[in-house]
Amino acid sequence: MTHSSWAYVSNYLIYSAMTVYTLAFFAHAYETAWAVRSPAAEPTQGNLLTKTLDYSRTEKVARIATAFMILGFLLLFAGVVARGISAGRVPWGNMYEFSITGALAFCGAYLAALRKYDLRWLGLLVSIAVLLTLGTAITVLYRPSAPLVPALKSTWLVIHVSAAIISGGVFLLANTIAAAYLYLDSMEQKGERKAWAKRLPSLEVLDQLSYRLIAFVFPLWTFAVIAGAIWAEHAWGRYWGWDPKETWAFITWVAYAAYLHARVTVGWRGRKAAWLCLFAGSTFLFNYVYVNIWGTGKHTYSGL
Amino acid sequence: MDTPIETIELGGVGLLRFLWRQLTSMRTALILLLLLGVAAIPGSLIPQRTQNPMKVRDYFIDDPSVASWMDRFSLFDVYGSAWFSAIYILLFISLIGCVLPRSFEHLRAVRALPPLTPKNLDRMELHQSWAGSGDELTAARAWFKQKHFRIREFEGAISAEKGYVRETGNLFFHLALILILVGVSVGALFGMKGEAIVNVGERFINIPTTYDSLSYGKLFNDASLAPFSLKIEDFQAKYDPLTNAPEDYTLRVSAIESPGSQAKSKVIKVNAPLSFGSTNIYLQANGYSPVVTVRDKNGAVVLQGPTPFLPQDANLTSIGAIKVPDSDPQIGFVSSFLPTASRDKVRGGISAFPEALDPKLLFSVWQGNLGLDRGIPQSVYRIDTSKMQQIGLHSLKVGETFVFSQGSITFDGFVPWVNLQVVRDPGKLYALLGGIVAILGLLASLFTRRRRIWIRVNQSSQVEVAGLAKNGAPGLDKEIAAFVTHLKKVEK
Repeated sequence: MTHSSWAYVSNYLIYSAMTVYTLAFFAHAYETAWAVRSPAAEPTQGNLLTKTLDYSRTEKVARIATAFMILGFLLLFAGVVARGISAGRVPWGNMYEFSITGALAFCGAYLAALRKYDLRWLGLLVSIAVLLTLGTAITVLYRPSAPLVPALKSTWLVIHVSAAIISGGVFLLANTIAAAYLYLDSMEQKGERKAWAKRLPSLEVLDQLSYRLIAFVFPLWTFAVIAGAIWAEHAWGRYWGWDPKETWAFITWVAYAAYLHARVTVGWRGRKAAWLCLFAGSTFLFNYVYVNIWGTGKHTYSGL
Repeated sequence: MDTPIETIELGGVGLLRFLWRQLTSMRTALILLLLLGVAAIPGSLIPQRTQNPMKVRDYFIDDPSVASWMDRFSLFDVYGSAWFSAIYILLFISLIGCVLPRSFEHLRAVRALPPLTPKNLDRMELHQSWAGSGDELTAARAWFKQKHFRIREFEGAISAEKGYVRETGNLFFHLALILILVGVSVGALFGMKGEAIVNVGERFINIPTTYDSLSYGKLFNDASLAPFSLKIEDFQAKYDPLTNAPEDYTLRVSAIESPGSQAKSKVIKVNAPLSFGSTNIYLQANGYSPVVTVRDKNGAVVLQGPTPFLPQDANLTSIGAIKVPDSDPQIGFVSSFLPTASRDKVRGGISAFPEALDPKLLFSVWQGNLGLDRGIPQSVYRIDTSKMQQIGLHSLKVGETFVFSQGSITFDGFVPWVNLQVVRDPGKLYALLGGIVAILGLLASLFTRRRRIWIRVNQSSQVEVAGLAKNGAPGLDKEIAAFVTHLKKVEK
């Protein structure tokens, strides 16, 4: 196959992945909606609080939803790989490619965490986020597949950018969980959880989970920044120059470092920790969106 | 960390001690850390002199009063400003004040034995008890040794502790941050950075006068410049014919490391600088230098050679100024060089491709006073025509000549130029080492768990097991379960 036909294959795979994620979204939504009715279907006998809801009817849909998430991940993976083949390099040359790879990392982080924790409920949020990212990528950010400019031709592209993308995926997952924490916490403060939210994990579990994700990925982010510094030394003659991208990577690093200290040393938990987590995550997003699109500096290549 | 409330003596020493304790408290460190993050923000939104001096100048032109106020707060030099430095210096003092005592404490803890087994194990986490056979202690000892626990035995009980690496890693991480700061400082004090535009075919000698711009660290001087020289042999740029985007730049030089040594042929690429010790030479930018011959009315050559032009776009439409100060009156050519000439309705003559496929030199000829002897530095790419008058306008292809009232100009051809960046940073290895140690320390501190396991067997062979996980680290329940299973297996 020629390079351009690989690019077409990649686009079809991305569109297919989007279709599958849409199906996953509906399956998750159906599951969530159906669970609301479960307690009403049974007349209340005794305490609703302690009674577990009946999920037997939604169990099948939930499995289907997860299967769609996995299928979507595989299609997206193939799409990213095909994009790489079409360009003859790693698919991280412009913002379109960062976005599809980032969505892949985000979904991968979710599926990996799903193996260990009961996170199926999060699928609704994850599928929406992935759909939005892919939608924006293919409509607004799309660029034809092209070779890299000389400044990007380096092994460090693979090392630095992959570490940054994976970190980003996990940061966003931790952010999603922290947001869920804050939402459920305010719900609990008004009274008890609504029926559909009852099967979601306890606040404590969510709190722990977002912490563990961040503690897990913080060394990787540190590595991404240091690898970037080594590359910058090779390409631009200095390892640190307060370029806007570097500055915001540093701000993100500082924010997560503060988060870890606040938790481990000062003992922040719950709302305060969740807000700090959201703040740190938003510095990452700001770096991705603002600095790439409106910023000036050495990290802007090839018109996005 | 909870700080006990103390009454403070209002003596000088007491006050200092109080301030020191405040500064090295975790809460202060946390605030300083967040403050450092916030303080870094303005520098990414407002143009900085070190990166974008032109944009800073625009601020001063657009609104001088606001700009001078911003300048008063160092908003155009955020990362070198007093307030930014104050934050990170305080943070590092706080860090040292926190980490050094902890390092000594940890050294002591590492050499000491684990504390004795508590009397009432049933009050500890994950307590279990069963009637055993009496051999459990031997089995437990072997199990602990195999798993590299540190153990302490006392009166029928064993305290075992593991995971000291957590604190070790933590301390190494913070010490490594200090090392990075040392590396940055060494680079800033003993380093240098300079740029020079060199035409292909010319020689670059590493002495101050060959540079277009040069800056030294505070403890660097001319004598510290590495004594190398380069001859620019060849420069090749490849571009994608579809997108016009650059694909590859290759610069070939013959390099002499120090006077008297053999010239060696070397290649410099964008991601592959040439190194002489801690001095690196980078290929940063490139463009074209048109080569012209200017003759006066009598046909005598008044100027001959290449003049570097400044690229204006990705297709290397370049502007430049050819100045002939030695003719009378002085002559200047305000020029554009188009590597692949084309026309645009709005912009006029532009280049359609960065390679020189159809090169053209466009210029207007001026005579009068170039203003070179006024002592005011002026751009080499522009001519101040305020005291000059235009006497011609023309475009030339390679080999063509244009005759005007004061003489003639012949467009002989062109050579590429490259912008070499020369950087000496003797601190970067410390910074790199610091970076590596920081990551290893971080991994060790985030992925090891410090925990204790106790076992006691009393006279009647009743076995008690309990544990303690520091920082609420997970997984101790599983470890103790495995431990108990092992002991019970041995009993059978």
